[in-house]
Amino acid sequence: MAIISADKDTQELNFRIVAEFDADVKRVWRIWEDPRQLERWWGPPTWPATFDTYDFAVGGRAEYYMTGPDGEKAHGWWVITGIDAPTRLSFDDGFANENREPMDELGRTHAVVTLEDLGGRTRMTLVTGFESLEQLDQMVGMGMEEGLKGALGQVDAILAEQGAAA
Amino acid sequence: MVVDQLHEDEVSRLFQALADATRRDIVARVLVADSSVSRLAEQYAMSFAAVQKHVAVLERASLVTKEKRGREQIVRGEVDGVQRARRLLDDYERIWRQRVDRIEDILAEDEDRN
Repeated sequence: MAIISADKDTQELNFRIVAEFDADVKRVWRIWEDPRQLERWWGPPTWPATFDTYDFAVGGRAEYYMTGPDGEKAHGWWVITGIDAPTRLSFDDGFANENREPMDELGRTHAVVTLEDLGGRTRMTLVTGFESLEQLDQMVGMGMEEGLKGALGQVDAILAEQGAAA
Repeated sequence: MVVDQLHEDEVSRLFQALADATRRDIVARVLVADSSVSRLAEQYAMSFAAVQKHVAVLERASLVTKEKRGREQIVRGEVDGVQRARRLLDDYERIWRQRVDRIEDILAEDEDRN
């Protein structure tokens, strides 16, 4: 099982997820470091993400948008607050309007990702802190458009891709 | 939007109600045991009227109900209301579970190619 635990603290507004992967730490680090890999998993299958700015450095900015089924775009940004390759990444994450200006009134979340070597396998722990429930509502609204059905489409896409690569 | 079956203004009421620490504390207390407004007022460094206002906000958000018992007003926690807030965190968990699934797929593809 990839997911070891997922804990929610409704009082402190924290979310913590622990997952293990069959790949070494350097490999798992790349899914965060490389925007082309990041955009393959950050957005839901029906809302794929495009990171058009990705300055992977402390203080660096990322700008991205997710494109919905009807072509609408949901913009977001990160500011990277800490990099300790290949084991620790922290960043602030927020929303932007269609002109890519941060919408500060919606607040930001702070995420800390930790990768740990389990002898060739990797444990990834991600802790997200929210500022308010309103913001959590926005956050969820942005990522949940697809519902659960999207997962199926994703499997199809990967099968098709592997077929093409073979 | 996402928040199942909830009306937009209902959502706003719920979150505005929970955005305040005193009100969250009141909810936590009355979920454990019903309490009169005057008993609640003893817990906080604020006037009876202020606590009464907090309770009214919680009542409008369906997080508590209030009933008159003799000369007292008894406040009771509404579990349903609190669960609505929790559902949002559940949804956020779902987002991350899906992301982890997709990460796994990407990692698995590498293995296939090697």
